[in-house]
Amino acid sequence: MEAFSYVRAKDAGQAANAVGLGGARFIAGGTTLLDLMKLDVERPTQLVDINRIGLDTIERLPDGRLRVGAMVRNSDFAHHAVVQEEYSVVSQALLAGASAQLRNMATTGGNLLQRTRCMYFRNTAMACNKRTPGSGCSAMEGDNRSLAILGTSKDCIATNPSDMNVALTALEAVVTVQGSKGSRDVPIGDFFLLPGTTPHLETVVAPGELITQVTLPAARKGSKQVYLKLRDHASYEFALSSAAIVAEVSGGKISYIRVALGGVGTKPWRSHEAEAALLHQPAEMAVFHRAGAAAVKDARPQSENGFKVELTKRCVAHALTLATQNA
Amino acid sequence: MSVKDEDKAEVGLRVGSVTRRSFLSQVGAAGVAVTTAPLLARAAQTEEPMTESAGRAERVENAVAITLNVNGKTHAIEVDPRTTLLDGLRETMVLTGTKKGCDHGQCGACTVHVNGRRINSCLTLAVMHDGDAITTIEGLGGPDNLHPMQAAFVEHDGYQCGYCTSGQIMSAVALLKEPCGPKDADVKELMSGNICRCGAYPNIVAAIQQVRQRA
Repeated sequence: MEAFSYVRAKDAGQAANAVGLGGARFIAGGTTLLDLMKLDVERPTQLVDINRIGLDTIERLPDGRLRVGAMVRNSDFAHHAVVQEEYSVVSQALLAGASAQLRNMATTGGNLLQRTRCMYFRNTAMACNKRTPGSGCSAMEGDNRSLAILGTSKDCIATNPSDMNVALTALEAVVTVQGSKGSRDVPIGDFFLLPGTTPHLETVVAPGELITQVTLPAARKGSKQVYLKLRDHASYEFALSSAAIVAEVSGGKISYIRVALGGVGTKPWRSHEAEAALLHQPAEMAVFHRAGAAAVKDARPQSENGFKVELTKRCVAHALTLATQNA
Repeated sequence: MSVKDEDKAEVGLRVGSVTRRSFLSQVGAAGVAVTTAPLLARAAQTEEPMTESAGRAERVENAVAITLNVNGKTHAIEVDPRTTLLDGLRETMVLTGTKKGCDHGQCGACTVHVNGRRINSCLTLAVMHDGDAITTIEGLGGPDNLHPMQAAFVEHDGYQCGYCTSGQIMSAVALLKEPCGPKDADVKELMSGNICRCGAYPNIVAAIQQVRQRA
């Protein structure tokens, strides 16, 4: 690990000022950043510790929305009574990710910025446009079994590894970002960037900006929420394909639907195609299969991840089945 | 007589109180002295003063002073900012019960409690824990006063080589206070962050379930 200087921020404003310097980075849970610093993938010259700036509470707003501080740990987010009751897709997604130890460390803001697990990104001996722009992509001709089939470009096929982000996408969360010029709210659908020709740019967060909170819209009473994660191991494993569903059924027909996918996209993947195939349709298996097919209509599989196309179809169909049972 | 010879003489003096750790580090230093003898001789000729650094902590540039409360005892230490909590515990405070496995948060061998919650000590910096209360396996119980979880691991043979055991036990003790269903499958899910290469999982789960049932 390369040398860096260390400062501890007292509040968000102080933190944002401190990190305005080139090469400085915020450190919260550290579960991604320190991992990558040990691999020399991340090389900050200064770390600004934001673990004591507050922003670690979950509160209900008067209009029914739920405000989640950026420093709320993944375990606290997952086990919060209101979240379990009204936003269960987030609890399910968080508890399907990482380990109990990591969930005690990782934060809401940090999870939003989680880096890809692409092995070529993590290995400085290999070419990677995300790590070193212009160096090429070793994954195209390499071991790409776990990588993306949606939202890829000729320069990058790295998967966004987060489960939480998939649930937040289905819930249409809003991310608040604070910079030197004040605060701005970014709908999660606009928060992540497609790789295109600039895979090193992953979100709209600019250098020096700090995520301060995530706001969930007022819960939809009567909706059913499911996070289904398919993976190589039963626990403590990243998704090969996952689906977050928020569904409402009335009179046997789907009256409200949100579908987001994980493990298959270069960003947490909202599937408007699947939603269009479902809305106002009967809640039945034939419709669910059509939605699964619609979700991967634009999929571009690589040499070793073609199985994800079929896996994702079935993941979507099964998650929809679970989300509409007894509805 | 060179500095290295003095070190070797010290090894002889300390035989009565030698620990596995000090033995290994001293054998290592002696080994270096033998294999690099020609180099040392040359260094002596060029009047380069040899420093007495073998096996001792050098003063680090950029060091940060912190205070950690470890197992109820206050430790005021200075660390390089790069020092992980794991390395601080093992190398600076010489609490070597906590193990380094993967050093990337994947195996759980380094699990400790910080302010009552289990974390991977390899993925956090010591400087981030100034003032925090940390519990390691040494603080849980000793040979004469085993924590019930330690006793259950002994009773159920919840290990083979033992390298992952302190992390397993620290995780298991934390699990007792976490939301966890009654089934073996629930325990396995919450213990999935602790890898046992020997595959002692059935016995580990049995040990944990026994403690939960008696609690």
